[in-house]
Amino acid sequence: RKNVEDFTGPRERSDLGFITFDITADILKEKCIFDWNVKQLFLYLSAEYSTKNNALNQVVLWDKIILRGDNPRLFLKDMKSKYFFFDDGNGLKGNRNVTLTLSWNVVPNAGILPLVTGSGHVSVPFPDTYETTKSY
Amino acid sequence: AAMDLFGDLRRMNKRQLYYQVLNFAMIVSSALMIWKGLIVITGSESPIVVVLSGSMEPAFHRGDLLFLTNFHDDPIRAGEIVVFKVEGRDIPIVHRVIKIHEKENGDIKFLTKGDNNEVDDRGLYKEGQNWLEKKDVVGRARGFLPYVGMVTIIMNDYPKFKYALLAVMGAYVLLKRES
Repeated sequence: RKNVEDFTGPRERSDLGFITFDITADILKEKCIFDWNVKQLFLYLSAEYSTKNNALNQVVLWDKIILRGDNPRLFLKDMKSKYFFFDDGNGLKGNRNVTLTLSWNVVPNAGILPLVTGSGHVSVPFPDTYETTKSY
Repeated sequence: AAMDLFGDLRRMNKRQLYYQVLNFAMIVSSALMIWKGLIVITGSESPIVVVLSGSMEPAFHRGDLLFLTNFHDDPIRAGEIVVFKVEGRDIPIVHRVIKIHEKENGDIKFLTKGDNNEVDDRGLYKEGQNWLEKKDVVGRARGFLPYVGMVTIIMNDYPKFKYALLAVMGAYVLLKRES
């Protein structure tokens, strides 16, 4: 985790988190989620945590679109987050309670758009110190 | 058939004409009432919107119809699909919420991104604006129908088509007889 200027937006220094993760998912395991009316699943990994600045923070770290017909089993290892994990402030330092959850948005051919949160979640504690960038 | 039409028009006396006009006005009023009712029920100023761009493909395509709700107590959470308007611009944008920072008192600021876009929406926001707020939200997408909205896009891009359609509808209503 580093403390850098959030170059994607506001110009103040904020905490930037780095997470690597593995995802193993078997989407067809329980019952067929891809029924006749499901066009695709929008899968995303989000980190949820509280800080001094904000009572609730949610950041989408990674997402993937699974179309009807795609391989429903995911074995992703050592994935890096797709998007920069900037906090609004310095709330990642020493934060023991950052929870990662996998959720998905079911997109039907026509009809209701449900958002489902996976029942499992993983807690990721952030260290108390910043990583210093190596300079070459 | 055209001659029959004119024959019909000439044979109608004033009373019949007024009756048809009133019928027409009633249909228009009922449609407006249903629309206003939808606005009240959903809490959104625009409960049905048409997708205008391909930035949410492959989920939504240009011409798809979206049904929105905007309940005040519905919290905005990451992953939801919201329709918002940038301050000062009329065009509603349909994208996904990818980041939220909410304070204890409920004040929330959030960031959006189209599924099909490489980068987040900061380039779309107002100059210097980095976050969206609840007041920018028109509604949350709850349901959708494909293709149906294409009619409004065609009417927008080809105004002659719109006028032709209105003329045909007007003629039909004014000339149809109650049996």
